[in-house]
Amino acid sequence: MEINLIYSLIAGISIGGVSAYLGSLMLQRRMSLAAGPLGHLAFPGVALALLYGFDMSLGAFPFVVLGIVLIWLFENKTKLPTEALTAVVFASGVALSFLFLPIDKAEEALVGSISNINLTEMLATMFISMGVLLLIRYIYREMTIMSVSEDLASVEGINTKKYNFFFLLSISIMVALGVKLVGALLTAALVSIPAATAKNISGSMKSYIMFSVLAGILSSIIGIFIYKTTYLPAGILIILTSASFFLVSLFFVKKK
Amino acid sequence: MSKILEVKNLTVSLAGEEVIKNLSFQVQKGDFLTILGPNGTGKTVLLKTLLGFITDYAGEINWTGKTRVGYLPQGLTREKVGDMPLSVLEFLSLKNKNKKEIQEYLELVGVKDPKFLSKKIGDLSGGQFQRMLMVWALFDEPEILFFDEPTTGIDIKGEETVYNLLHKLQKEKGLTIILITHDVNVVYKHSSDVLCMSGDYSCYSKPEEIMDPKKLEEIYGMPVKFYKHNH
Repeated sequence: MEINLIYSLIAGISIGGVSAYLGSLMLQRRMSLAAGPLGHLAFPGVALALLYGFDMSLGAFPFVVLGIVLIWLFENKTKLPTEALTAVVFASGVALSFLFLPIDKAEEALVGSISNINLTEMLATMFISMGVLLLIRYIYREMTIMSVSEDLASVEGINTKKYNFFFLLSISIMVALGVKLVGALLTAALVSIPAATAKNISGSMKSYIMFSVLAGILSSIIGIFIYKTTYLPAGILIILTSASFFLVSLFFVKKK
Repeated sequence: MSKILEVKNLTVSLAGEEVIKNLSFQVQKGDFLTILGPNGTGKTVLLKTLLGFITDYAGEINWTGKTRVGYLPQGLTREKVGDMPLSVLEFLSLKNKNKKEIQEYLELVGVKDPKFLSKKIGDLSGGQFQRMLMVWALFDEPEILFFDEPTTGIDIKGEETVYNLLHKLQKEKGLTIILITHDVNVVYKHSSDVLCMSGDYSCYSKPEEIMDPKKLEEIYGMPVKFYKHNH
């Protein structure tokens, strides 16, 4: 196996697996789609990275964080629902980035570029993903109680603001990393599809998390291997693989 | 009997409107206090203030010593969490209890079926769901339990068992119970004391005194049907 393929596989497995793990929590919180707009928010950062030749995720991260802070500020300033503000902020982000994104680089920004990842990038991706994995593990119990009921969480003495902050931080980081794997357009798919697939076939939290992570990892591996034979963009193939798993899961939906 | 909670001249305002005005009452250890009144008269606000969720109030709330509190929130029904892939065992394990402890507590609320643990919480009946939540609240060995409309979404038969269970826990474990409801019939059968809330008007009395058609009409602003049970 050529070295480049191994790099993309390791990065793909890290991002795919941890995103799916995070996605299982986002689905519980009914926030699956949030990663979509956030990915779009990353566009200006991705554009800058491509323009000046530095890492896409590095460019994306500050813009995702900036976007979340803006949404949070507007939320406190107005009485508009989060989703409306998200729409305002992310559309502006996309528009802004296309002002100065070199058009020949647009494809990379749209569908990702995991196939030409280098050693440093791969190692950074792997370690950051592991860090987020630990962070999600740390917040999972409390976030689950919060998903059942915020009031119940308050009685338990859970500092909901703190956990929500760590949750948003995890989302920002995984969106920034996901941009490299599948592009800024498709980050939502990395968190939402594996969790949705797993939920279809699970009756308990344990199997739900396990199937979600498994679907995330397998989609990355299969997607990258299909890329090796077809040379279509790897990001697109990963998402389509993931979507196929979802379709299959429909036949095994757990009713009771 | 000793005093567990004392509320003096409590006034709570939300968005500039006084929801609770100048309310005073005492709760003794072992009481079954029902807070009764139509919707929108500040019952839940009172509970949230007592629990410390609402901190902006005038007046005094005095707990005797450090009281362990259990709480079942309003509107937490199985429909709301119905689609979460979470089994009863997993849900109750979130409280960091082991399986044996969980089973002990489930027996306390009258659940003996071992299959209960592996059921998805969304597949439980309304009454079973409330029992599971009671176990959650009982884990902390609370001295006082708060219930906010615990029978929402439960049929009348299930409702009766939930209240009977509350009554049993109050007697057997010496628990103090504070229950919010708009169901007049609960009052007479189970409560030791009643706090009625109706906008500007509030009263604190024994159930016998309040279960009077005239008095109820004062609280609800219209005639209320109820059945007097003999103890």
